[in-house]
Amino acid sequence: MAEGEVSVLVGGKAGEGISSAGQIIAHLLGQLGYRIHMYFDYPSLIKGGHNFAIIRGARGKIGSVRSRVDLILALDQETLRVHEGRLNDHGVVVYNADTARYPPGIGIAIKSILAAEEAPPVMGNSAILGAFVKAAGIEWAFAEGVLTKSFRKGTGQNLRVARRAYEASEERLRIPATGMTGLPGFTGNEAMGIGLVEAGLGVYLSYPMSPTSNLLHFLAGYSDEVRIRVIQPESEIAVILAALGCAYAGTRAAVGTSGGGFSLMVEALGLAGMAELPVVIVVGQRAGPSTGLATYTAQADLEFAIHAGHGEFPRLVIAPGDAEESRTWIRAAMDLAWKYQIPALFLPDRIICEGMYSLDPSVTMKSRADPVMAGPDIHPYLRYAPTDSGISPLRFPPVKGEVIRVNSHAHDTDGITTEDPGITRTMAEKRQKKMLGLAAEIEGMHPVNIAGDTDATTGVLCWGSNKGICAELGETLSLRVIQPVALWPFPEKSFAEAMDGVERFFGVETNETGQLVRLVRQFGYRADGMVLKYDGRPFMLEDLEQELRRVMA
Amino acid sequence: MKGIDLISHAKNTWCPGCGNFAVQHILKDLLAQMDGGGLPLENVVLVAGIGQHGKLFDFMNLNGFYSLHGRTIPVATGIKLANPSLRVICVTGDGDSYAEGLDHLIFAAKRNLDITVLVHDNRVYGLTTGQFTPTSPYGYRGHSTPRGEREMPLNPMDLMLAAGATFIGRGYTGRRDELKRLIREAILHRGFSFVDILQICSTYNDLTAYYNERVYAWSEEDAGDRQAAERKAGEWNYSDDAKIGLGVMFRHTAPTFEDAYPVPGKMSPDERAGWVARILSERS
Ligand SMILES: Cc1ncc(C[n+]2csc(CCOP(=O)(O)OP(=O)(O)O)c2C)c(N)n1
Ligand SMILES: [Mg+2]
Repeated sequence: MAEGEVSVLVGGKAGEGISSAGQIIAHLLGQLGYRIHMYFDYPSLIKGGHNFAIIRGARGKIGSVRSRVDLILALDQETLRVHEGRLNDHGVVVYNADTARYPPGIGIAIKSILAAEEAPPVMGNSAILGAFVKAAGIEWAFAEGVLTKSFRKGTGQNLRVARRAYEASEERLRIPATGMTGLPGFTGNEAMGIGLVEAGLGVYLSYPMSPTSNLLHFLAGYSDEVRIRVIQPESEIAVILAALGCAYAGTRAAVGTSGGGFSLMVEALGLAGMAELPVVIVVGQRAGPSTGLATYTAQADLEFAIHAGHGEFPRLVIAPGDAEESRTWIRAAMDLAWKYQIPALFLPDRIICEGMYSLDPSVTMKSRADPVMAGPDIHPYLRYAPTDSGISPLRFPPVKGEVIRVNSHAHDTDGITTEDPGITRTMAEKRQKKMLGLAAEIEGMHPVNIAGDTDATTGVLCWGSNKGICAELGETLSLRVIQPVALWPFPEKSFAEAMDGVERFFGVETNETGQLVRLVRQFGYRADGMVLKYDGRPFMLEDLEQELRRVMA
Repeated sequence: MKGIDLISHAKNTWCPGCGNFAVQHILKDLLAQMDGGGLPLENVVLVAGIGQHGKLFDFMNLNGFYSLHGRTIPVATGIKLANPSLRVICVTGDGDSYAEGLDHLIFAAKRNLDITVLVHDNRVYGLTTGQFTPTSPYGYRGHSTPRGEREMPLNPMDLMLAAGATFIGRGYTGRRDELKRLIREAILHRGFSFVDILQICSTYNDLTAYYNERVYAWSEEDAGDRQAAERKAGEWNYSDDAKIGLGVMFRHTAPTFEDAYPVPGKMSPDERAGWVARILSERS
């Protein structure tokens, strides 16, 4: 075991509940006081195929896993075949004795345990969990509490299955409690859902697509409780246009998709810009182009998000680096979208969406932006009234005696179509003015994180889910890690401050061409090298360390 | 409220003799009358597509959302989700709703979304200078089909019946009084109301004589009978020589999309904070 931390791999066939087993292990470690991260790897299919999750617990905040692990929980032989090489010296294997063989490990006769409890085969993952609890030297009473909270249904039966496997297992190592307070574990999708509710979401619309489907499911599951409506229209085109209809009539709407669906939304993105309609668009990045690798990760849509759409219009682009930023910044994105009446793009990568993180509930964002509303005394109401800020005060129909028009064409202050060159220019400038206010406001929101050795003169530039892994390596290798969360409008001032004293820096991105590196070049910063990964998989801690050492040498 | 007040100051740019004028004046008169009769004007929202038809947005003093080509209906869906008490009228074209945005038309009918869709069916892409549309007659000659179109037209009446529309009608701009009554009933219908308006395009597709020879009023006594509606829909295939029925073709009542997704009460900030605290603590 690496000092003060633990890594567990659980694997089996799709449909055997690997994801939920992984999540429960993450909760167990979280409640033992570890800061956790879980990486879940699955091919795009429903049954069969190999699934695995790596769960890592450490004393400090983390956002990545190691490729080597201390425990392997194998529901089938395939898991051992693929992952045996990851096992550390003195590592422990717990396996299903009915389907796999690994003599030095702890074999559990899952079939007979299930038979004794008359439990269905899907509860095999509870058996492997129970066996893990014993093997890892975790007290049953403690584990029982976490398991009880974690099982979604059939709690009693699941617990009995786990208990039998616990009895059949043996203690091989001891994962000690850290003594720190436990933190809850959330995926980025869940954290975004929480943030959207906190942002006053009224309607969420989505056409299912990995990796944001679980955001759709999370919000749908809680829709009655939090009094929102969750709608699944006929296409992403319908999704975004309905969201804009909501905005026109005064309801906060958000949509979720991935690159393919966002491609379909792009014409309407321009409509949001032109008609000045707020909307939050979550674009969960997966490996492209085209259908790409449906269930694997990438950070290859940054330039697309910044440039999508014909013509010029203001927008906000945010890329969260963990679950906490998913929660806090999506709320900020909604507020800013409504204050500036613009589309806000929220750009997590698949590791953020479906990976699990410790979420510190006390991390919230202070600054709030309220929409600018028109008073009832203004008559006639002009939807696009000129102001110094470029923000025209809002009203929503019905308003007696007023006509409220929004328009996809170039339009005058009343929303009526125009082809007049003067009005066209003035209105274009009015829209761009909003960008100035937005850029200034963003600078005050700590839009660029600095981590690692903050005084170091060698920097690592990263974004999104590479935040955690770079921060950790920044500590080990004495590097200053710079991670912009707000990417457009680009926070030039905050970025300059973060880079102050940096003599050379290296980009770390999950794409083939270094999109953030290219973006900062526009502002005069030239990277000295890059470490890029574009095989759908995230960086593993050991591998990135090696790669960084290599490019920096 | 006088109808004339509903005409905006924007300069009208339709061709002389355009069927759009008929629809504009019908809407102006109807909405002015209905303003005193239970449908306040401020509750009306026009959602316009892109085409000659869409210019109605500029020419009227009404709340409105001038959308993208083909995208009136999804916008209307969002408006109704936000505020079901608004009366949304989609002003759309045959290119707009039968080509570019056909999926939305079918889904609005399927969901029985409580809106009115007026398709200004001039059977031509007017604004882009007269190319064929899904309802142009077989053999139609335009700039993109100089030797005649080789596809049979789509029959929107058949399509809407199959998709589950709860109010389906057809009007003709050359029969104004009937058209006015039809649009009024469509607006008053609770649920998805669809009107295919055979509209004269004086520049690219002037079918006045063709329509005048063939149109007749459907008996509406059997408007609730689906089989009768199927028969009526099949009378004319939008191409061949046949009688062209006008009026309400089908009408029935069904629960609406708005019934299925009522607007919930708002959460107070305290309730919201309470929910978040609970979600976070459930995993601690
Ligand atoms: C996405 C997109 N494609 C094409 C166009 C160009 N365009 C504008 S109007 C139109 C056709 C309009 O035909 P129709 O809907 O029948 O309206 P009409 O002018 O006949 O009333 C087209 C193709 C556009 N504005 N947007
Ligand atoms: Mg047309």
